[in-house]
Amino acid sequence: MKVSEGWLRAWANPAADSEALEKQFSMAGLEVDGVEGAAPAFSGVVVGEVTAVAPHPDADKLKVCTVADGEGTQQVVCGAPNVTVGMKAPYAKVGAVLPEGFKIKKAKLRGVESFGMLCGPDELGLSEERYGLMELPASLPTGADFREALDLNDTIFDIDLTPNRGDCLSVRGLARELAVLNRVEFCAEPCPPVAPTIDDTFPVTVTAPEACPRYLGRVIKGVDVSRPTPDWMAERLRRLGLRSIDPVVDITNYVMLELGQPMHAFDLHRLSQGIEVRLARPGDTLALLDGSEVSPAEDTLLICDGAGPVALAGIMGGERSGIHAEGEARTQDIFLECAYFSPLAIAGRARRFGLFTDASQRYERGVDFALQAAATERATALLLEICGGEAGPISGFEAKAALPQRLPITLRSARIDALLGTAIPQDTVEDVLTRLACTVVGEGSGTERSWTVTPPSFRFDLEREADLIEEVARIYGYDNLEVALPPAALTLPREDDGVVPASAFTAALLGLGAQEIITYSFIDSAWAEAFCPGVGLLPLANPLSPELAVLRPSLLPGLVKTWQHNRNRQAVGAQLFEIGTCFEAGENGAVVETPRVAGLLTGPRVPEQWSAGGDTLDFFDAKGWVEALLGLTFDGNSFTFEAGEHAALHPTRRALVKRGDTVVGAVGALSPSLAQQLDVSGQVYVFELALAPLAARVVPQHQGLSRFPAVRRDLALDVPKTVAAGAVLATAKAAAGALGKTVRLFDVYEGKGVEEGRKSLALALTFQAPDRTLGDEEVEGAIAQVREALAKDFDARQR
Amino acid sequence: MNELAAVREEALGKVAEAEDLATLENLRVAYLGKKGALTGVLKSLGKLPPEERPAAGAAVNAAKEEVQAALEARREALQGAALEAQLAAEAVDITLPGRQGARGGRHPHAVTMARIVEIFRQAGYAVASGPEVESDYYNFEALNIPAHHPARAMHDTFYLEGREEQAAGDPRWPRLLRTHTSPVQARIMENTQPPIRIICPGKVYRVDSDVTHTPMFHQVEGLVVGEGISMAHLKGTVIEFLRVFFNADDLAVRFRPSYFPFTEPSAAVDVECVHCRGDGCRVCSHTGWLEVMGCGVVHPNVLEMSGIDSERFSGFAFGFGPDRLSMLYYGVDDLRLFYENDLRFLAQFA
Repeated sequence: MKVSEGWLRAWANPAADSEALEKQFSMAGLEVDGVEGAAPAFSGVVVGEVTAVAPHPDADKLKVCTVADGEGTQQVVCGAPNVTVGMKAPYAKVGAVLPEGFKIKKAKLRGVESFGMLCGPDELGLSEERYGLMELPASLPTGADFREALDLNDTIFDIDLTPNRGDCLSVRGLARELAVLNRVEFCAEPCPPVAPTIDDTFPVTVTAPEACPRYLGRVIKGVDVSRPTPDWMAERLRRLGLRSIDPVVDITNYVMLELGQPMHAFDLHRLSQGIEVRLARPGDTLALLDGSEVSPAEDTLLICDGAGPVALAGIMGGERSGIHAEGEARTQDIFLECAYFSPLAIAGRARRFGLFTDASQRYERGVDFALQAAATERATALLLEICGGEAGPISGFEAKAALPQRLPITLRSARIDALLGTAIPQDTVEDVLTRLACTVVGEGSGTERSWTVTPPSFRFDLEREADLIEEVARIYGYDNLEVALPPAALTLPREDDGVVPASAFTAALLGLGAQEIITYSFIDSAWAEAFCPGVGLLPLANPLSPELAVLRPSLLPGLVKTWQHNRNRQAVGAQLFEIGTCFEAGENGAVVETPRVAGLLTGPRVPEQWSAGGDTLDFFDAKGWVEALLGLTFDGNSFTFEAGEHAALHPTRRALVKRGDTVVGAVGALSPSLAQQLDVSGQVYVFELALAPLAARVVPQHQGLSRFPAVRRDLALDVPKTVAAGAVLATAKAAAGALGKTVRLFDVYEGKGVEEGRKSLALALTFQAPDRTLGDEEVEGAIAQVREALAKDFDARQR
Repeated sequence: MNELAAVREEALGKVAEAEDLATLENLRVAYLGKKGALTGVLKSLGKLPPEERPAAGAAVNAAKEEVQAALEARREALQGAALEAQLAAEAVDITLPGRQGARGGRHPHAVTMARIVEIFRQAGYAVASGPEVESDYYNFEALNIPAHHPARAMHDTFYLEGREEQAAGDPRWPRLLRTHTSPVQARIMENTQPPIRIICPGKVYRVDSDVTHTPMFHQVEGLVVGEGISMAHLKGTVIEFLRVFFNADDLAVRFRPSYFPFTEPSAAVDVECVHCRGDGCRVCSHTGWLEVMGCGVVHPNVLEMSGIDSERFSGFAFGFGPDRLSMLYYGVDDLRLFYENDLRFLAQFA
């Protein structure tokens, strides 16, 4: 809501200056978003009077004028078509500085000297339209400072109102706040009744009284809508951001800005039979004033006449019944509507049509339900004054029981002090609430003091004791409230040592050199399908774009997309991870949220450097990361890597990660077909694990350290190429018996020197006993068992 | 004894000329060994008359000691030189860059979130979380925002497809992406009796995208409910947190009345612009203040809907966007950069 300081001061005139008012508003919860002058900065402009106009000897379009500036007369060359003798116009004297720093100097135009410039509104930054000189009222004194004469030193506040303060969507409401904050008088301009001079009324029926508890109307006949809106009104509208349209619309807008009551004027002769206020029915359509056509849903309140809908109640009028200010069919008689629509009947409706109107904004938040008659009188008085005409009596519909009620609220002094943590003097409480136009009746004294408070009709936000406490705090000043830290028992946090915290996974991945990323939880549905075919996707009803259309069923699309983004920006590789929630449709309409950790590895293992490198990341780097994460459970043996299906992964370079029978996740190369489809080149390795099944951990239990030396024996074997190394290791470990401590694979080789179809494995086994130094025989015996078992199970040959 | 003098002379000369340890050893054997030249001279003393022997013996021993000392000295000199040479040979160019492994880092938002959570955990707040796909009830109704409430216009909400379920009266619909972390408040209060002291960090979603808005962002919600909790405690807690977060014990903080349906009184919190320290700059739109938080005293309706006695207990809640704090902290001017995950961008904070 924009509001001008000058207009506000007509209602409440505190001593505080503009800057102080701005701060007061903001600190009272009426946040000032912007402050600007009513006109851009310029100086040296006075009210000039054209006393003579002569043709320019050398130019048809120029005139040589004599201009009185209060001190004398000056010769001014002027090109405006509308310059006439006797007119008053803004005159920029020599030395004046116009907007954007344009300096006025003595000049010669086609050989004729010109001392200063007569100005149009565009040249003074007051309008974008260009139509010649700005004609000023003859009543302005010649020579007066132009800014002062037009009150252009006014300040415009742009106030960002919270939805609870619909009462401040008017000059009246904001001025009341100023009056309360500054403890000055609030001068409500009276709206004296306009006595009817004709008997005409227009019938009104309301079939939705809950939605429209009051609908007042007034017929005004014989109005001259061709008369111009007076400058003072057009200027006030302009300062609050509204364009002047025609006098009738301007007057309804003016009353809305002044009092907060939206109004609508119909052309009486374009209405048939009578007004009916009802909810929309199937098939209702309406062409709106803005040229659009709507088919409202059945919970939309309509203003109709005998021929159908004529307005969206509380939102916008229809085209058919609007005021015509020009032409043959110019409006002569009008029907003025002033209604109270219930906020619930209007809320959200305008948004459905993509509309946000001054009227809907006010009705949604609540218009003062006691205001309709006064606003009608105010508008009538202005109409008669500006357009002439004869007013009929106010008539219409009223369902008193359906109007809002302001119920008394009990406010306890002790409760104020307790909730605010600050002792607020009781007379302050009474003063604040009374100034805010509440009825306040006190009883009891001391800590037992309480009040029965009845809020005014325009406050829709005061329903409970807490609401009143906020009002007291707001006016008292939040910054004046006490500051304290809350008392609390020093209980210590409980931590579940049976779970690996997500932060431990993060720390492990950071230690491995991975970069954390955070991607959007919504992704392209094509990507979701490609990575997770057959998974129940959860599309958004209102996505921002097709790329952000479904909730991600997996973290992998985000990782791959991030790699793509970086590869397109010259990155040679990436080692990324993300921890976040994945979403899929579960059974019976459930939404399953699964927190996961996932990673992506591609490109060089280490950055290019003089002392290392050349190696490219591969499957075993990815698997190594996964193993590092599994290790955090101190229960790494409970996990297995098994071959299995995964739509996004390379069929011969992928493994499912299982814990017992539960699939925890997968690791592998991105499937070549998917990589091609997504235009991702190079070998990209990824993994993804669900956090919950991964997180269960055991507390490690100490195993005594042997004081006796361990013995190492190496085994060089060759086995058929198809034998899985994991199986060899497992068999070796089992066969090594109780003395076998570790089995490590330290070389895998195939090629020259190894028979075709076979591969060479080099195992290092260590043996150790807790109670003695092992003899050669014991160790050799164990090694023999290992050899034997491997020969039997895998056709392993000693090399 | 001319012979002794000659041998001594020769030995000392050769020792002085020896260039390596092997030559020295050979010289030691050649002169002092069992068959060495000086040993030979000593052996030949037997041929001397007995009265000359002591003097001659002493002279030979002196010569032997002299040669021995020369050998030692030469050995030390040669060893020192050899060590020098070895060290010189082992020299590395200390200006070569150190060996680099892959180096990653945390996402800057994650750093900020972790820091905030840690600050509150130190004060005894428990960490709570809730689902990101929420029902209308928890996201709005339970927070005193009934259908058609104008405050809903402040939350541009992403909804999930699924109108049929909604029509079938399933209370889980309409499903939406939570627009704030405040639903966690309601969920916790439903299941917990005071005292409650929690912090709820998480992702939230709104239909918005420009330099200062992303459709997904982070929020941290705090909630304290107990007996005798007041707005003064809210102010104290918020000021304390902001001063710790911004590392400035003199940071100016102000509270302006605001509006959230789930708190009453409600406040917006401004801090003195951390960029210009209140003088006014581009970052704070020349106001000297930055709005960083919303907060308030928990609305009695919200306590009651969650089954908490609003006469006995009171509380405060606050919520803020760490993403915006990250932006201020790291001097980033486009919030969307954080979710593009350009490695060059992320590397600046790792």
